[in-house]
Amino acid sequence: MRPLNPVPSGDRTPEGTGTPDLNSRLGGLLNLAARGDESAFAELYDATSARLHGLVLRVVRDPAQAEEVTQEVFLQVWRTASRFDPERGTALSWLMTLAHRRAVDRVRSAEAAGRHDTAYHQNDRSTPHDSTAEAAEASLEARRVRSALETLTVVQRDALELAYFGGYTHTEVASMLDLPVGTAKTRIRDGLIRLRDAMGVGQ
Amino acid sequence: MTAHEIHALSGAYAVDALDDLERARFEQHLAVCPECRAEVASLRESAAMLTELNATPPPASLRDRVLADLRTIRPLPPEVPSPAVEPERPRPSRPAGSRAASRRSRVNWRGLGAAAAVLAVVGVGTVTVVDQLQDDSSQTVSTADRVLRAADAQSIHVDLPGDASARLVRSVSQRKAVLITNGMPEAPSGKVYELWLQNRAGEMVPAGLMPDGGDQEVVLDGDAAAATAAGITVEPAGGSDTPTSAPIALFDFAQAT
Repeated sequence: MRPLNPVPSGDRTPEGTGTPDLNSRLGGLLNLAARGDESAFAELYDATSARLHGLVLRVVRDPAQAEEVTQEVFLQVWRTASRFDPERGTALSWLMTLAHRRAVDRVRSAEAAGRHDTAYHQNDRSTPHDSTAEAAEASLEARRVRSALETLTVVQRDALELAYFGGYTHTEVASMLDLPVGTAKTRIRDGLIRLRDAMGVGQ
Repeated sequence: MTAHEIHALSGAYAVDALDDLERARFEQHLAVCPECRAEVASLRESAAMLTELNATPPPASLRDRVLADLRTIRPLPPEVPSPAVEPERPRPSRPAGSRAASRRSRVNWRGLGAAAAVLAVVGVGTVTVVDQLQDDSSQTVSTADRVLRAADAQSIHVDLPGDASARLVRSVSQRKAVLITNGMPEAPSGKVYELWLQNRAGEMVPAGLMPDGGDQEVVLDGDAAAATAAGITVEPAGGSDTPTSAPIALFDFAQAT
């Protein structure tokens, strides 16, 4: 791995997901990537691919399709790195937003096209999810997220998880949780706000 | 939808839990609401934290594929303000096939093409489709007039969420259908509205993409005389061969008046 160039500590970087150090490092790598620096991009990939792929896999579930989506997202990141604006959010949030959008697009269009893979559910179980989840759980950051999640009501947490990890629309979430139409969106928003306040991010 | 109601969509928007039409509306709202932009940014931060719990490294082979592909893709330049992507699009109430109308639509399409290219790898495909449509636009206006004036013109009106509406006019003698929209929100970023004709076998056949802009008059591609219905769906930029989402509007010719 190449030595890191010092990146000015981001007083103006909003607090957000990931540590400020990590985010200013990622922001620096995105800057270099925008100028065509492939080794900076490789470093960005190494620092973020597990989180990004973990999210995509959780939403898409099928490992082969998840790989395709992860690849598309990283190529999109390479192409659009110059559009990342640290004033508008952290680098991790930008990456996860791109990844989530693409993963959700993939599952919704597959669903609409009626393309149902029979191997889908078996694949679901065979993902190397458990071992890595354990490792992640051990991390301090993960423990903070877990305890922040505990400040949510059960409905807020369920609605948020179905929307974020399930890729369902708020209308679908309402129906799945037997909530009156129009209330799931409020639960999702309230859940995110509580999570934000418990973690002290995005202020 | 009231301002208060639309504001409440910020959380669902931050986690991509809006359907395409809601998303389009909320993005219109975001453009004019700095509070919502700030809120969405902060809620995206908090959603992204959840990924801490699911880290799963992709296979090592993926890294090689991604890095090999980089060489074939040019990073985009930073965004600089350009009047070409200005969303303001004044339109005459009736585009009567004038040269000015077709020039205006050309400018709009360029703007759309540029916006799509920013967002996705499919940019090139989009521009190709757009160019084809552009070439047709000078002929389609007079076709539209023939359909609208035809003695056997039948019309179906559909209300869309919010204040938007659409009217489909079909003439069996002219074998064509024209869609007239009113106040349609922009398609979500990276998406287009695609038009369809349903044949007697119940299959949806692509009938073209809708130009950008809320008030449009578009001639559907294909033989409308043989069709039993027409529809509009939201599709990825460039359009699809078969609908990938439920129609946001469906015009059943059996109910035409």
